[in-house]
Amino acid sequence: MSKLAIHIENISKVYRIDATTGGAVARTLQDDLVNLARKPLRRGAATTRKQEIWALKDVSFDIAEGEVIGLIGRNGAGKSTLLKVLSRITEPSAGHIDLYGRVGALLEVGTGFHTELTGRENIYLSGAILGMRKSEIDRKFDQIVEFSGVEAYIDTPVKRYSSGMGVRLAFAVAAHLDPEILLVDEVLAVGDAAFQKKSLGKMSEVAESGRTVVFVSHNMGAIKNLCTRAVLLEGGQAVADGDVDSVVQQYLVNASEKGEWHTNIAERSDRKGNGAIRFTGFELRSPQGDLVDAAVSGEPVDFVLHYQRSEVDIQNITILLWLRDAFTKGMLRLGTDLTGQDFSVLPEKGELICHVPRFPLRAGRYYLDFGADIGTVKADRLIRAVTLDVIDGDYYGSGKIPTHSNDGDVLCEHSWNLGANG
Amino acid sequence: MTKTLESGIHIRIQRTKGWAGLRLRELWAYRDLFWILAWRDVKLRYKQTALGVTWVILQPILTSGIFAVIFGVLAKLPSDDSPYLLFAFAGTLPWTLFAQSLQRAGSSLVSGRELISKVYFPRLVLPIASSFSVLVDFFVGLATLGVLLLIYQTPFTWNLLALPGLVLVNLLISVGVSFWISAFSVHYRDFIYALPFLVQAWMYASPVAYSSSIVPEQWKALYALNPMVGVIEGFRWALLGQGEFSWLSFAVSLSVSIVIFISGAMVFRRIERGFADVI
Repeated sequence: MSKLAIHIENISKVYRIDATTGGAVARTLQDDLVNLARKPLRRGAATTRKQEIWALKDVSFDIAEGEVIGLIGRNGAGKSTLLKVLSRITEPSAGHIDLYGRVGALLEVGTGFHTELTGRENIYLSGAILGMRKSEIDRKFDQIVEFSGVEAYIDTPVKRYSSGMGVRLAFAVAAHLDPEILLVDEVLAVGDAAFQKKSLGKMSEVAESGRTVVFVSHNMGAIKNLCTRAVLLEGGQAVADGDVDSVVQQYLVNASEKGEWHTNIAERSDRKGNGAIRFTGFELRSPQGDLVDAAVSGEPVDFVLHYQRSEVDIQNITILLWLRDAFTKGMLRLGTDLTGQDFSVLPEKGELICHVPRFPLRAGRYYLDFGADIGTVKADRLIRAVTLDVIDGDYYGSGKIPTHSNDGDVLCEHSWNLGANG
Repeated sequence: MTKTLESGIHIRIQRTKGWAGLRLRELWAYRDLFWILAWRDVKLRYKQTALGVTWVILQPILTSGIFAVIFGVLAKLPSDDSPYLLFAFAGTLPWTLFAQSLQRAGSSLVSGRELISKVYFPRLVLPIASSFSVLVDFFVGLATLGVLLLIYQTPFTWNLLALPGLVLVNLLISVGVSFWISAFSVHYRDFIYALPFLVQAWMYASPVAYSSSIVPEQWKALYALNPMVGVIEGFRWALLGQGEFSWLSFAVSLSVSIVIFISGAMVFRRIERGFADVI
């Protein structure tokens, strides 16, 4: 038995949400003063309308030194909260954790970067924020610059960098933190494919050097590649813990039984159509073929529909996918009729893949409806077949995305020019 | 590269109940961070304004000039045998360090929101760094005053040797009050609006624009509880050679500021637990 790196015992985290506003509780001095003045007039009538949300509930497990462990689960299952507790950004409400070794957390690339400052200045700033001493940064400075590949621009303000350069520099600093325990949250969702590959490579290097890594990702392929063990969180609780293949498998199956993720599509009876073609399953994949449980804005994604065909001779098949928001408003309609494709010769069963090169919706939860038509006759219709979670990504390659809730849900490629007419 | 995994570090994470320790050792381990953050603030401030240093020199001169005209020329208040401009300048200097620290500390946590929700570091670093970043302006102001003293041919005295000690106490009060202000500004979002009034009221309760000799005798004891009183008087004594150095008023200032500093740090540490959840 190797030595213990992290011991997590009965960790719980509760958030108080104001039921009236639906947001976290932000107090004002005015409210508290008014309440204080009113207090004597109020007799025991509790006017607090605060709701408690348990982001984590009684989570316990141990991580041995040198283990590379993946935390998986749906959005809101508590993965990020656990990571925030582990990295001491927020305190647990109950329970305790023992960490043996220096901890480095990589919850977001480029934390603390300031665009007015030069690359050199940002290395010091970001390094110090991540917990390095100045002397340590001095020592590693050349390595960091070399890894980032931005030597030529090191004394240029970061605002003149391309977003790729900024991300590379930020990751380079973090990668040289040399912690004994590394906590990583979905860093790979940003940057281009080449950068993702490089950062994955650096992480497996860290893992192979015998350090402990806790890794959160929606990319099951990356989890399977990097980790040897996985813990599945659901509703704030650890529901499975074991070798990575079986836990990932359990996660995907589990979710489908719960009717949340991969609805057990084959068995749904609330469908319409004559059944000449029936949908039997669904997967979300990265173009590399890895299973993912969320789409990322601006990144490619494949919607994979499993089907079965019962009639032999069918013509004019149309396959349709609708993406709707929580209020069933249609956000997108994807269809073979729109792309002008015709799959008249379908094998008896198989998968139909709809490839979206740059996913155009903002982060949120959406629902998919499936449809198959033969000519004008409905063969299969499934309403709310699956839930689709979308997470923020660098759609514009500028590192910027709309942030306001009223900014619309759709992202669209665009550019600005100065017109020739005065 | 050889890596030793035997750093021997053990960290226990659990909910802190009641008043927490200040964890000064950890703060010390992060000392480079507050220098780097302070240096960043200074750098950005001077980069973004075209006038840069000029502003830092002009501001206290203009403020002292206004005080000299209103309180010296129009209201004919005493300036204890110094030109009113110098008299006001010597008061404005420590006061500006204090007031600017408060203002920056008030927004330091809210503007450092991204950091607080993404990285762990002792949160006390932020208000400390914002006070330190004001120090550069302070020294530019001090140099300006030195030039003014030469122009007015005011002799330098051995009293100047007390200046480093006075600056330290000044800084101690500034950082201490900043702890209170920054903790409250995160806890209460509207506190930031009350801050300018607080700073203004405090200024009139300190001998910045006027001499403490005009304060009625029966109020003197209460007045001296304001730690800035001892500091400002000390500055005038050190720089202008005015009056006698009052050990009593200095001791009061020092004790009150130590109390404010420690209590501020304790309150900050108590409120800080919820920062990442609220901010």
